[in-house]
Amino acid sequence: MPGAARTPAPASMPPQGLPGLDSRFSRIALVPDSGDAIGTTRGWHALDNGAELDRLGVTPVGTILCVHGNPTWSYLWRELVQQATDVAATGSGDAWRVIAVDQLDMGFSERTGVHRPLAQRVRDLADFTLAIGLEGPVVTLGHDWGGVVSMGWAVDHPELLSGLMLLNTAIHQPSDAPIPAPLRLALARGVFGQATVATPAFLETTLALGHPAVSRAVKDAYRAPYRGAARRGGIGGFVADIPVDASHQSFAELSRISSALRRLTVPAVMLWGPRDPIFSDRYLDDLIDRLPHADVHRFEGAGHLIAEDVDYADALLTWLGDNAARVTTGAARSEQPTEDYADTVATGSKAALVEKASDDAGTGAAASDRPLWHYLDELSDSGETALVEMNPGNGAEPRVVSWKLLSRRVREIAAGLAGVGVKKGDRVSLLVQPGADLTAVLYACLRLGAVVVVADAGLGLPGLTRAVRGAQADHVIGAAPGLAAARALGWPGQKISVTTFPRAVARALGISHTLAELVRDGRGATLPEAPAPSDTAAILFTSGSTGPAKGVVYSHAQLGAIRDTLAAQYGVGVGTGLVAGFAPFALLGPALGARSVTPDMDVTSPKTLTATAVAQAAAAVDATVVFLSPAAVTNVVATADALTDAQRHALAGVQTFLSAGAPVSESLLAAAADLMPNASAHTPYGMTEGLLMTDISLDGIRAAAASRAVGGVCVGTPAASVQVRISALDDLGQPTGEPTTEAGVTGEIVVSAPHLKSNYDRLWMTDRASRVGTDSAFADRRDAGDASPGAVSAAAAAASTRTRWHRTGDVGHLDEAGRLWVEGRLPHVIATPDGVVTPVAPEQRVESLDRVARAAVVGVGPRGTQQIVVIVETASPARRVALADRELTSSIRGVAGVPVAAVLEVPRLPTDIRHNSKIDRSGLSRWAADVLAGGRMRQP
Amino acid sequence: MKVLVTGASGLLGGATARAIAAQGHAVRTFQRRPSGLAGEPGFEDHLGSVTDAAATARAVDGVDAIVHLAAKVSLAGDPADFRRVNVGGTGMLLNAARIAGVERFVFVSSPSVAHSGSSIVGDDARPADPERAHGDYARTKAEAELLALSRDSDALRVVVVRPHLVWGPGDTQLIERVVDRARSGRLPILDNGAALIDSVYVDNAASAIAAALRRVDAVHGNSYVVTNGEPRPVADILASICEAAGAPVPAWRVPASVARAAGSAVEALWSVKPGVDEPPMTRFLAEQLSTAHWFDQRRTRRDLEWTPEVSLDEGFRRLAAYYR
Repeated sequence: MPGAARTPAPASMPPQGLPGLDSRFSRIALVPDSGDAIGTTRGWHALDNGAELDRLGVTPVGTILCVHGNPTWSYLWRELVQQATDVAATGSGDAWRVIAVDQLDMGFSERTGVHRPLAQRVRDLADFTLAIGLEGPVVTLGHDWGGVVSMGWAVDHPELLSGLMLLNTAIHQPSDAPIPAPLRLALARGVFGQATVATPAFLETTLALGHPAVSRAVKDAYRAPYRGAARRGGIGGFVADIPVDASHQSFAELSRISSALRRLTVPAVMLWGPRDPIFSDRYLDDLIDRLPHADVHRFEGAGHLIAEDVDYADALLTWLGDNAARVTTGAARSEQPTEDYADTVATGSKAALVEKASDDAGTGAAASDRPLWHYLDELSDSGETALVEMNPGNGAEPRVVSWKLLSRRVREIAAGLAGVGVKKGDRVSLLVQPGADLTAVLYACLRLGAVVVVADAGLGLPGLTRAVRGAQADHVIGAAPGLAAARALGWPGQKISVTTFPRAVARALGISHTLAELVRDGRGATLPEAPAPSDTAAILFTSGSTGPAKGVVYSHAQLGAIRDTLAAQYGVGVGTGLVAGFAPFALLGPALGARSVTPDMDVTSPKTLTATAVAQAAAAVDATVVFLSPAAVTNVVATADALTDAQRHALAGVQTFLSAGAPVSESLLAAAADLMPNASAHTPYGMTEGLLMTDISLDGIRAAAASRAVGGVCVGTPAASVQVRISALDDLGQPTGEPTTEAGVTGEIVVSAPHLKSNYDRLWMTDRASRVGTDSAFADRRDAGDASPGAVSAAAAAASTRTRWHRTGDVGHLDEAGRLWVEGRLPHVIATPDGVVTPVAPEQRVESLDRVARAAVVGVGPRGTQQIVVIVETASPARRVALADRELTSSIRGVAGVPVAAVLEVPRLPTDIRHNSKIDRSGLSRWAADVLAGGRMRQP
Repeated sequence: MKVLVTGASGLLGGATARAIAAQGHAVRTFQRRPSGLAGEPGFEDHLGSVTDAAATARAVDGVDAIVHLAAKVSLAGDPADFRRVNVGGTGMLLNAARIAGVERFVFVSSPSVAHSGSSIVGDDARPADPERAHGDYARTKAEAELLALSRDSDALRVVVVRPHLVWGPGDTQLIERVVDRARSGRLPILDNGAALIDSVYVDNAASAIAAALRRVDAVHGNSYVVTNGEPRPVADILASICEAAGAPVPAWRVPASVARAAGSAVEALWSVKPGVDEPPMTRFLAEQLSTAHWFDQRRTRRDLEWTPEVSLDEGFRRLAAYYR
């Protein structure tokens, strides 16, 4: 350790007036040192709201023990100390004492002059809690290397511990992976002392990691205890203590803690900022592996200084509230539970949901016990066609795959994958275009129990990268472009190619295996045991059109329930010829026993699908069912003139036609139906979280139009086994109402079905928000914690019979006939002084004007007093953005049915690229607010 | 009860006096020129200035409530004159009120007392701030408002009403100038004219002041911005006025930055007439007409138990009828 670091100095109080830090919370504790310097006393500075709680006359339910990392100090936790104290003062929740220490040699604690390796630091913290007489229950909270120290304390104090909270940290350095590059640099000979102690470089680098940037005043507060090399010895000591390999002094202690962690069953939560150059998702993945019951939330966009980037304090206090019964009671039972008990408790929130899901599915439809690969087994000797790929590439002839071949290929690939280490529960990212290869690989993964990660190419490369990184795939199976991207962008996981490359290319792409090898090696090999219905089957990423892409987790039972709902709703079964032009449903063809065909199209651009391609595909399998996306339907209608008589004949055989993905207009659906004169045309309502919630036929759309009802797009009646409720909006547009089936109530659409998602992946808060107020899942968990092992199982069983609900984020109402009408997205609800206004109905009325092609109705100004603005794309598009002319403004005010403050005309309304139909009202609202406040007339 | 209305010779003052009389109160008006109401039953006219202590004391004698609109609003002039009339006059009236045992005092102010030049987007009334208010009129009105509120007590109950951009038939300020300029083809629109501006039709402003008088016991000590609650783009409003008056709708545009940077140029454009009762078209107004100015009316409507009766479009129809 550099010389300056050996200079001792006593503990001191932080200067007054640091932003966000109330000096009342600072205290100095004198703690006997149990280390090498027995007999000496160490001065600790800590933030502690204990005295303030006493003053308020509040008895805390427990203590949150916070440990900062390197090179920060207890200032990191100021917001939690403040919020917890505020909650205690107002009585708005449980009162928590918060103690945030400055570790020795750090912050304003004593400079001991002695190097303190990890084991010493863990002992130091124990000395501190002993000296101040800390009693349980204690929930630990750690960040960065403070996470490690806090976990060390946690495993050593089972009698006090009732919960574990972590922000970006790590507990294990895999032997096969190098430590993160920035730290390698900091540790390099010659750089180390300079970077960490002699200069404030390490400190400054860390402070630069805020997203958004940390303010100057806050940075200064972080710097306050580290002015001068003599005060920075601890920073260098910490960096030197990173156990780079097994020979390191602290390796044994790290291993001890990381192993002991697996035995912890107390509730745990991890909040993570993925933009962290040090503690990447890899370390989160490792922690999840050790604490599988933990609730996890990744804050997309946040980074290493997550405590500065997001409102972590509110998130943690919310989590503590949800888990109150367990984290506020004595912790003795959490130590070394019996095996049975561990199994039950360890399933925790996430797994319990999966369990419930499988039960739901069991009661939902009789066929649900059939695995997704049922027909691959049943038809394994059938020479009938299972799949047709119209354009396998390079202008080749259509590829026809029999059930027999598909079945065998799936088994071979599954066995081959098992042979190269793909296990049940492993995450496999699929970067393969729809077609025979994707289908075979998908069913092979399902059969193995590997979790399929599917991200829509429509997310774009940045979105896709975030998705794949976030999901932490263990394996990537892809074709050339996907693998090249995976390589270039450093996506994690073993790379498997569906095509065979020259050795050099394969090496360059980091490919370890090819599909051909897997098939060869898997031939005749025995398959591992099949997964259970409750096991996770897939993670589907949402389009991102309604926010950042989210991973949606489905179990086998839930995917089976989707299959069964599709079968029941559209009569797809064994032998049905199915044109699979809509990816999520298309992949279920083999599960349905259908003969499915992938039309010749660029899947990343559904609007390129032509009528001819659909007709050729239909002819190839004698299709009776056609699934298309809305963008594809538009183009199919536009290219219908090119159809030959034979092709029209093939389309005449279609009995059911489905446009899935977003609502389409009656005229478009009717035009498509004209091409399939014997088909009943349908459009379903659903979302990635629940793919088929309601359905409406073309006749239904016409009947709804004839009913002259006001307000939104009619999406029909609930599909089999689906329940729809409405949670009414308050004056500010918040869906606070108790979910109801009452007709005419406008509010958030809340759905339930056996085929609903299990949960969001690593988005505990999002998941919580999607269920809040719809069930008592949180209460169930708390109760479970309180009870004996037997009662826990009983509670779990009771919970499993309860219905799972999902808040869709869509707003609408039910009518007297039980039909659902969608009126827009929740964030698009306009909260005016006269009440809430949903956009879709006034948009439709405005669009009824001849001069208007498309309209968006948005709000500007503060919620509760918002003004309504109409933005239009005119039939003959405007050349530039402007206020609409007097006549148009006046006619729009005349029909809108709501008070209109302003009408703006734009050349083109911005829409979501993937669907080419969803108008970006949130963006338009921000744009209109700027223009109407006197801002520049720029393009939206 | 008997109510003293100061400044009743103006458009808003006259309408306010009528609105209060319509509630069954006896109205005494007090201003330098005849109000024009004196001949009607229920009205009594006192001539004089609020800067004249003796005249003010006579005017206040025997009334139960005061509605104070009189102010110096012109552009040009000695800053001391603004202070003497707006601050000194208000102080004089408050003193007289206290001596006479008047119990209720409605001070008619302006949103400009809290305006710092930036956009106002759905804000509620903020405290008056003489430091940041622009120009002598707004600054002295801000001081006067703070003075009035400082005198609020259970004995003398003070409430402040701030109507924003008052207009209506017979308005010589906004309406007449817009129409004059438009007729001579010299009415510009600042920037793109998209800034949302809230305004108040004169009858609504008057009924709001009457409502404040009715509700003063419950809401004294507060300030309320009063508008129609119908913000529209400024170009839209100017065009509606021109249409109503049969004048050509403005078509040419001036960058607001130019207008603001050269206040005198704007003043020339808008042909300022000094010495009249309502806020003139000035650099200040140029700013007002190029940045958004609209307000959260929920608290105003709830506390005053008042809603505007005349919609913007109905107001434009009445304006058109006036010009026919």
